[in-house]
Amino acid sequence: MALLTSGDQQKLKDAFAEMTRPVRLLFFTQTLDCETCLTTRQILDELPPLSERISIEEINLILDRDKAKQYGVDRAPAIAIVGEYDAGEWRDSRIRFIGAPAGYEFISLVQAILLVGGRSSSLTEENRTRLAHVTAPVTMQVFTTPT
Amino acid sequence: MAFASPHITAYAVEATEFPDLARRYEVTGVPKTIVNEDVEILGALPQDDFVEQAIGQLAKNDSQLTK
Repeated sequence: MALLTSGDQQKLKDAFAEMTRPVRLLFFTQTLDCETCLTTRQILDELPPLSERISIEEINLILDRDKAKQYGVDRAPAIAIVGEYDAGEWRDSRIRFIGAPAGYEFISLVQAILLVGGRSSSLTEENRTRLAHVTAPVTMQVFTTPT
Repeated sequence: MAFASPHITAYAVEATEFPDLARRYEVTGVPKTIVNEDVEILGALPQDDFVEQAIGQLAKNDSQLTK
């Protein structure tokens, strides 16, 4: 049974149709002690049917520690978003979702997919210039709740 | 911001699933943004203010951060 209504599915299909670049959702999961892993998988599974450019790769946090470390993920469920720039060349967007992307976070996930998929940034030119001057690592953690 | 800069990584953390993280950063209301374990931004700010608080504050605290 789909989580999204057919109306929502169509709206998403239309939005995803504008994507110019394939996007892969790296889904970090673990078998035990992850109550929301199944929910996250179910939410993510709704997306590839809506666009040829969306795929999912499931990575086990415990079994594949190297990949988890590469993406700076130490919790499950977690999602990292990568985009394909040239054939086989996937680049990290450095966008992560930690915890199930439910409620309003689902919208954030969709927007992130569209951004990595080629939509223009909503950042002003001035802000993009400010960000271009950042040269040391910056980690931003935004705490949210589903409602 | 993360997508725009190769140095920035952004994590959207669902607070109810990770109460230890919420406690660590004293999250009592959302959204709450923590930048480099150092700067806290409460609430949703207009873009200019958000970028200024996230990057501007860090530049003041750490002169290595920006060119």
